[in-house]
Amino acid sequence: MTATTDAQQLAYIAGQAADARVNVELETEGMTLNIGPQHPATHGTLRIIVRLDGERVIAAEPVMGYMHRGYEKLVEVRTYPQVTTLVNRIDWLGSFANEVPFILAAERLMEVEAPPRAQWIRTALFELSRIANVVLFLGDMGVQLGAITPVFFAFRDREFVLNQIEAVTGGRFHPNFDRIGGLKDDLPKGWIVETLGVLDRIRTFCDEMEDLVAGNEIFQARTRGIGVIPADVGLSYGMSGANIRASGVDWDLRRDSEMGLVHGELDWKVWTHPDGDSFARYWVRLQEVREACTIVEQCLEGIPSGPVMAKVPRIIKVPAGEAYVETENPLGIMGYYIVSKGELVPYRVKIRSASFNNVSITPWLLKGVYVPDVISILASLYFILGDIDR
Amino acid sequence: MSTLTLAAELAYWQQTSIRAVVGLVAVLLPAGTLVYLFLFKMMSFMQSRLGPMEAGPYGSLQLLAEVGKFLQKEDIVPAKADRVVFKAAPFVVLVSTFLLVLVIPGGPDLMFIDVDTGIFLALAVSSISVIGILMAGWASASKYSLLGALRATGQLIAYELPLVLAVMGVVIQAGTLNMQGIVMAQAQGEIFGFGGIGSPFIITQFLGFAIFLVAVQAELTQPPFDMPVAESELVTGYLTEYSGMRFLMFFIGEFATAGIFSALAATLFLGGWYVPGLDPTDNLFNVIGPMVLMGKMILVAFLIFWFRFTYPRFREDQLQTLAWKVLIPLSLVNIVVTGVLKVVF
Repeated sequence: MTATTDAQQLAYIAGQAADARVNVELETEGMTLNIGPQHPATHGTLRIIVRLDGERVIAAEPVMGYMHRGYEKLVEVRTYPQVTTLVNRIDWLGSFANEVPFILAAERLMEVEAPPRAQWIRTALFELSRIANVVLFLGDMGVQLGAITPVFFAFRDREFVLNQIEAVTGGRFHPNFDRIGGLKDDLPKGWIVETLGVLDRIRTFCDEMEDLVAGNEIFQARTRGIGVIPADVGLSYGMSGANIRASGVDWDLRRDSEMGLVHGELDWKVWTHPDGDSFARYWVRLQEVREACTIVEQCLEGIPSGPVMAKVPRIIKVPAGEAYVETENPLGIMGYYIVSKGELVPYRVKIRSASFNNVSITPWLLKGVYVPDVISILASLYFILGDIDR
Repeated sequence: MSTLTLAAELAYWQQTSIRAVVGLVAVLLPAGTLVYLFLFKMMSFMQSRLGPMEAGPYGSLQLLAEVGKFLQKEDIVPAKADRVVFKAAPFVVLVSTFLLVLVIPGGPDLMFIDVDTGIFLALAVSSISVIGILMAGWASASKYSLLGALRATGQLIAYELPLVLAVMGVVIQAGTLNMQGIVMAQAQGEIFGFGGIGSPFIITQFLGFAIFLVAVQAELTQPPFDMPVAESELVTGYLTEYSGMRFLMFFIGEFATAGIFSALAATLFLGGWYVPGLDPTDNLFNVIGPMVLMGKMILVAFLIFWFRFTYPRFREDQLQTLAWKVLIPLSLVNIVVTGVLKVVF
């Protein structure tokens, strides 16, 4: 893998030298283009400064922080149950998944464990929020490449998933449903049957996207071999989630670490792709939505009976100590490092969100590509602005 | 003949003004509204939504509503823009669009002008829009606009060639450049001795038709060839700095050109105003001709917009590859084969 990067670097240097010669001969000037903070492709406020030679990118630099909301500081003045309200808003498309690692870390410090039924429902909701999140990506990738129809299908079908999440939690986007020691409520009546119907819809949607987007010749021409991330480079930038699995790294925390969710008891598969290009990232996510449907289905069939809340004190004081828990969230690995001094509020919380690391690779990745590929590569990395800036 | 009567009584400028006014009010506006509504509804249904529903019954007055909206907006000129060129650019694009209408016949006697080089004129004036786009991109003093305009120029020049070459097959088969002559050749032609449906050139010139549609798609800068306006990369390319009335003119220009190129394709390949089984010299066609043409035009427009809403866009180099390595050789082969067959039969 090092050989690949060296070859790329050499090619890049040779290209630079050639450009320099041309520049001397023709006296062409580079152009600095400021993509963002307000730009249709960044779906948020990511700013990327690119130095262009014609339409080729010489250098690219992402500027983050336009949406910084100071969650790590705000958390320090909120009691533990109040924190979930805040962290819902980090990755706003798959918000329930944001609560889970925080609650798990707090549970570890308090040495309580959620009852089995709560764990199964948690897993189902965790995967449902993954579906709600990634389904939108599957359509949005089309928009970034100029096909506007898929995203309407994505919004249409995501709505069914959100309805199911709302039926349980009361909130479409911000469930605030996970509690230390379990869940707020049990499932409503008839929910399981309805959800199975929704999963069928999502599977149909995946087939549609495989036809309409992944199977499209132009889409393949635009994404295959574009934005290739070798596994070692991706890992050295701290990438995670589907982005690194698309580079052939078989690493999924749902399988590899047992953390209060029941993925280990279910029968499912971690998908990887050897290519590491934009197409691979799309393809892996497409398979993961299907796999998430399988997981939810198995969860719904296997939910044990019993209470959904363990015995925890009414006023939660977390004992002094430190805990770090990370889970495989829709965008990649998300972790919370909690330092507690035994008070009502956490002393310090560090949030590790996936998109920040996933976007950090852009200066390396965008060198030498064309402007249209900048957009397709960014789209395939799939970041949520709230997840970058917190 | 009605035109002859007119010619006897009115001066040339009077005739021309009457034609222009009648053409604009009676033909282009209703046609534009109809096509616009059809396309919007079609697009909405493809994307599983309802489309315009509020303006007028079933959203039928949506075009008026949008025109009204854009008229109210402020006409902003960027501080560093080249003001004169910036303001003139939309007119150049619109002129190219409306000059195209001139040569399309709506019936045996219904046409704005009857020139022997009809199709040549149409293809020539269609290129004027490039100048307008380049003017817009340069004068906007914006990097996105400049990139968009340069992309548009490269693309439009590249796709002029397949467009013209695809039409050559039709011209060889019809033996004339006159649009009316091309329609007549299709109406009175025979396919291997069978003259029941005339000889719509889409059957013999299917390759030409396909290349023509692809090239038209690129000329219109629509997906999959919409790099010049690529909204996810270049904001909206050369349109980025325009607002209000001037944006509306580009917008109308885009839809109108789509409609007019569809009408051109319908005339060249689908027999224009002619319906099989009737006498093409019949006066009846002066009445139903425009409607027939309209129907065929909507059919072609449906195809164009179907592509538009299905495909993602190419990259600039892939687009040039497609033009120079695939479409142009194919259309040259088409011309050779057509020429040989024309001599043989």
